Amino acid sequence: MKKILILSTALTGFAFAANADVTVMSWGGAYGEAQTEAHVKPWAAASGNAAIMVDSDNPATNVKAMVEAGNVTVDVASLEYADAIRLCDEGMLEPIDAASLPAGNDGVAATEDFLEGAITECGVSTDIWANVYGYDTTKFAGDAPTTAADFFDLEKFPGKRGLKKGAKAVLEFALMGDGVPPAEVYAVLSTPEGVDRAFAKLDSIKSEVVWWEAGAQPPQLLADGEVVMATAFNGRLFAAAINEGKPFQIVWDGQIYENELYVVPKGAPNKELAMEFIRYATSTDGLRAQAQQISYGPARKSSMATELLFKDGKTVMAPHLPTAPENLANALLSSADFWVDKDAELNERFQAWLAQ
Amino acid sequence: MIPATPELLKTADGRPLREALVAAQARSKRRAFLLVFPLLVFVLLTFLIPIGYMLKRSVEHDGLSKSSPTLTEWFHANPEFDHMNPPEGAFAALVTDLAQMQADKNTGMAGTRINYTVPGSISLFKKGAREAGDMQPPFKEAMLKLDPAWGEPALWYGMESAASKWTTDFYLVAADRKLTATGWERGDDKQRIYLYLFFKTFLVSGIITLICMVLAFPVAHLLAVLPMSKSSLLMILVLLPFWTSLLVRTTAWIALLQEQGIVNDALVALGVVSNEGRLSMMYNMTGTIVAMTHVLLPFMILPLYSVMRVIPPSYARAARSLGATSWTTFRRIYLPQTLPGIAAGSLLVFILAVGYYITPALVGGAEGQLISNLISFHMSKSNWSLAAALAAMLLAAILLLYWIYDQLVGIDRLKLG
Repeated sequence: MKKILILSTALTGFAFAANADVTVMSWGGAYGEAQTEAHVKPWAAASGNAAIMVDSDNPATNVKAMVEAGNVTVDVASLEYADAIRLCDEGMLEPIDAASLPAGNDGVAATEDFLEGAITECGVSTDIWANVYGYDTTKFAGDAPTTAADFFDLEKFPGKRGLKKGAKAVLEFALMGDGVPPAEVYAVLSTPEGVDRAFAKLDSIKSEVVWWEAGAQPPQLLADGEVVMATAFNGRLFAAAINEGKPFQIVWDGQIYENELYVVPKGAPNKELAMEFIRYATSTDGLRAQAQQISYGPARKSSMATELLFKDGKTVMAPHLPTAPENLANALLSSADFWVDKDAELNERFQAWLAQ
Repeated sequence: MIPATPELLKTADGRPLREALVAAQARSKRRAFLLVFPLLVFVLLTFLIPIGYMLKRSVEHDGLSKSSPTLTEWFHANPEFDHMNPPEGAFAALVTDLAQMQADKNTGMAGTRINYTVPGSISLFKKGAREAGDMQPPFKEAMLKLDPAWGEPALWYGMESAASKWTTDFYLVAADRKLTATGWERGDDKQRIYLYLFFKTFLVSGIITLICMVLAFPVAHLLAVLPMSKSSLLMILVLLPFWTSLLVRTTAWIALLQEQGIVNDALVALGVVSNEGRLSMMYNMTGTIVAMTHVLLPFMILPLYSVMRVIPPSYARAARSLGATSWTTFRRIYLPQTLPGIAAGSLLVFILAVGYYITPALVGGAEGQLISNLISFHMSKSNWSLAAALAAMLLAAILLLYWIYDQLVGIDRLKLG
């Protein structure tokens, strides 16, 4: 009996090591789970190669460390847009040939099928997620907030606000709340006066803000009644509302959305298989499958050609996605170019402002 | 009677005693060394080497120097150039390197390095590298036409400094200095944050240490004087938090202290405060201090307890019988004997508090940020050199405090239990 146990343990260990044809690194949680269900498992079943998912707090940090140390153990990583651009420029990622991506199910070429900015030199979009704000419907009997400006209107909508502790997305949101049209936000924010304007807007609610750091916090703050409205990643509010039946309403006005990219680190052990995985995962069906798991929008137009239902089989996904036309009416595409340049500078300013 | 020349002492087998002793001692020393050898290797591998590596990181970055050999050479040949108006030769060298970077596809390395001291450089380098290949002399004119930012003196100071792999730039940034048209200067008030946070971190850690001391002293005393059966029960209560995840304990405090939390609900129900006047005890300094004090309290209680347990009660009794009041007995007899425990606990709590990260991040709100939160921010943004410089400054500050402590209290009086 003992012998069998040892043997089987050794075999599983061996199988595990030999199995990792493709190792995918993502953010864990509901998001990592969605990618596991939609991409990793089906690809393994369809291709006959074994694939595993590993979690990270921020895959970009791991990728940088691995490539610098020359010991890359991950084949595919899911990175934030700005990180993917930066690491690509630093020569740490493999270029991905856009022409090799499969055409949409409707026959439209990949370069046409993907939304603008969804394919970059080293990465292909796996979904589009958004910074939005949500509120507790039970807290507003009469008028309910509908615009970005309402978030900053303490007179009309008194009560505490939950806001992300960091410069990115918060400064843009403040400017949109101050009436800057999305198309001009980054031009304004590039000037010192524009930065002052954003901070002045934040000053107007500073005394009423509860700052959050982890994505799980804002739904909790809303549920506890600590805040009446809070900015959050849209998928978190969706999960709280649909899965847990919380009375949360998302306000899409002033949303800031961005692509999440699949990349291949330079020196990945199975580069060819990794590329094959990405082609599969970012196909029309691959992106559609992920949007069935979590409310982040697919970056291909063809993925939304027919009605898409959530995995519960009854919730229609379209109105819950950042990419839905009605949600894009007053929306801003997060600028990676702006943030790779300014992240450190504006965050120092932000931290100094917080401490004042 | 003493013989003039003492005969050498010998062991039973005829060897000189001294020699035999030395041999025996060497053997036991070797054995002792072999016993600690695994620990030594462990400490070396997991502690000293990473810290050394971190320190190296804080003064080393080859982002520009590796990819810009021509420019580096030019800086070496012209140490006294005019930063306000760099000559054509400098631009020619720059264009050569930019064109090469574009071919090697590593523009970002140089851009990222310069961006650390001159914000906006990543896109500047990207744009420059894209165009460099097709540029015709005069290069200075062409580059300035492409983007006037290439003529900024701060950029040239930044590039000159980055042309060497070894740099103090990150320490300067960590000391709230900024690169300006005339070189490194004190940053403006809106940007300065690091030194203030260092100061705040030490202040908060000091407050927490003090509170822990006041709270732990009576508990430790009680533990030390109670009969074993009762004190073990109490000890379990002290240790219980140790066996619970730090995150769970922190979120438990959130549930207790937030405005809609249990404590506030109870106060409202009892009529102590009105529903509108609920106390803010979370997401501010109060929350940080309460949660961190709770987490760190056992580190104060345990060393105190171990010292108090061995203090003989007869000393205090003797003092009382000689006419001392209970206060005098405490002040002059009991307290001095607990000093090694107080010292050890304070040092432990203070050093742990200085490096605390997750608790201030979750309960600190706007005012509860500490320096470790910024170190973590720069780690996640891959500015490892700045994170390393900040961490090294924190390490240096702690070593300094440790030295002062050694001078004042004496490290040999430390008793950890």
